[in-house]
Amino acid sequence: MSAVAVTTQPKRDLLAAAWSFVRHHVLTLYSFLFFAYLLLPIAIVIAFSFNHPTGKFNYTWQGFTWDNWKYWDGVPGIRSAVVLSLEIALLASLIATILGTLIALALVRYGFRGRAATNILIFLPLSTPEIVLGASLLTLFLNLNVVFGFWTILIAHVMFCISFAVVTVKARLIGFDRHLEEAAMDLGANEWATFRKVTLPLIAPAILAALLLCFAISIDDFVVTYFNSGSSTTFPLFVWGAARVGAPPQVNVIGTAIFGVAVIGMVVNVLVQMRRERAAAAA
Amino acid sequence: MGYFHRHRQFTPYLLLAPGILWLSVFFVVPLGFLAYQSLQSGNFDIGYSFTWAWGNYWDALRNYHGQFIRSLEYAGIATVLALFLSYPVAYWIAFRGGRWKNLLLLFIVAPFFVTYLIRTLAWETILADHGTVVHTLQHLHVLGAGGRLLATSTAVVTGITYNFLPFMALPLYVSLEQIDQRLLEAAQDLYASRWKAFVRVTLPLSLPGIVAGTLLTFIPAAGDFINAQLLGAPQNHMIGNVIQSKFLELTDYPAAASMSFILMAAILVAVALYARAVGTEQLTGAAV
Repeated sequence: MSAVAVTTQPKRDLLAAAWSFVRHHVLTLYSFLFFAYLLLPIAIVIAFSFNHPTGKFNYTWQGFTWDNWKYWDGVPGIRSAVVLSLEIALLASLIATILGTLIALALVRYGFRGRAATNILIFLPLSTPEIVLGASLLTLFLNLNVVFGFWTILIAHVMFCISFAVVTVKARLIGFDRHLEEAAMDLGANEWATFRKVTLPLIAPAILAALLLCFAISIDDFVVTYFNSGSSTTFPLFVWGAARVGAPPQVNVIGTAIFGVAVIGMVVNVLVQMRRERAAAAA
Repeated sequence: MGYFHRHRQFTPYLLLAPGILWLSVFFVVPLGFLAYQSLQSGNFDIGYSFTWAWGNYWDALRNYHGQFIRSLEYAGIATVLALFLSYPVAYWIAFRGGRWKNLLLLFIVAPFFVTYLIRTLAWETILADHGTVVHTLQHLHVLGAGGRLLATSTAVVTGITYNFLPFMALPLYVSLEQIDQRLLEAAQDLYASRWKAFVRVTLPLSLPGIVAGTLLTFIPAAGDFINAQLLGAPQNHMIGNVIQSKFLELTDYPAAASMSFILMAAILVAVALYARAVGTEQLTGAAV
């Protein structure tokens, strides 16, 4: 064996090993790249919430500061926009979830004339582009001379949230064991008591999921709100207005805060699910 | 027994009434008003009157067919990109995710937790003229010396693809997750190569996810105007930008209303064509 071969052999092995590693884990490596791509804009949003912009443009990194977080409402209009968004999201998710749960109960529990039509009516808003939803509602309000503002935004948000609530609660109701309710009735509970004491607690997780989903969709909505807000400004509308002249870092602060709350909620949800599954496996 | 028991046949209608009423008054009726508005003539100052003005539709098509075609084109490209980008990852989570599946799915939906407009603005930062991406591409001579990404169709399609990606990835994951792994083992036992097992077993079984993901991505993408507004130049504007400005800036309601209907019709036709293509493919797949 020559000296050259001795020195190159381990190198070639290393290369071969690396190649075989890449070949066997190409999917894993790709997935990590994909996650990096998904998370990159989020990282930028978070990072720029700590930026110390010198001009009015928050596009290039200038230096670290806590000020944007300390003075999150230091930009005129941002506080009222955030408050309006929270109010609308809270009310809209509450109303839409109640209406949606009732529809889901009717659809899963009862056979009735018009069931197919109801299903279509639920499905249609989900498959209509948002701009058409917003534009048609705007036309209605214009023709009826309705004053645009809080109520038109709320009406719009409940409208596009209902279908999401129905779909979410329905999924849970379909896998529901009706024997539990029959048992309660056999034991003398009337329908209302059965609903309150048996059905409701069992579908509570789905109702909570619907609430959270509607809240998230409502607080993020731009298009439909833009068409039906008049001079009221929700947080996404504020961002839109600010983007034309250069969005201040406070926008990133609120964006980061919403992201943080959502992630914490989801992680808690995943952990609770995992624990429940483990408990179920142990039982 | 209680009231509900005695009047069982009414119960479902009582449950439905409030929600269905809401959807009827604020979703169905408005579509009627939109149709009515689209056939009116006049202008904002003298008022509009209903005259069966079908000309609005012809005018919309004549003046803005470019934007209509561009909307379908951008949405189509973004949908295909999203499909190819997210299929391998959905596959990886479904088959290799193990006990981390739920956590990995959290990564997929993470973009949805950041306000839509803010994440689009983040892309504005990433693609900015003096940013790392542009510099790297200039260095590699992919872009010319003064070349830019912002205000190009590439930027708009990039934004749309990113913004609607979870709509594609989630249904793909759901359909892949339901596949019985024993079918793949059987295919390999019968000497199918891994690639052949994928093409003949996994891919057809994941078709419902592909169809659902494609529709969920394409429909909102075709009506989008935010990406074109924030990342594109006027020559990249989509029909959503025109509808938006006609409604809210120019108060030309009949024109905007007719464009909304043309957009809906165009999406329906695209979806129908797609459904037919997928349907026939499924038929030939079953025949082989």
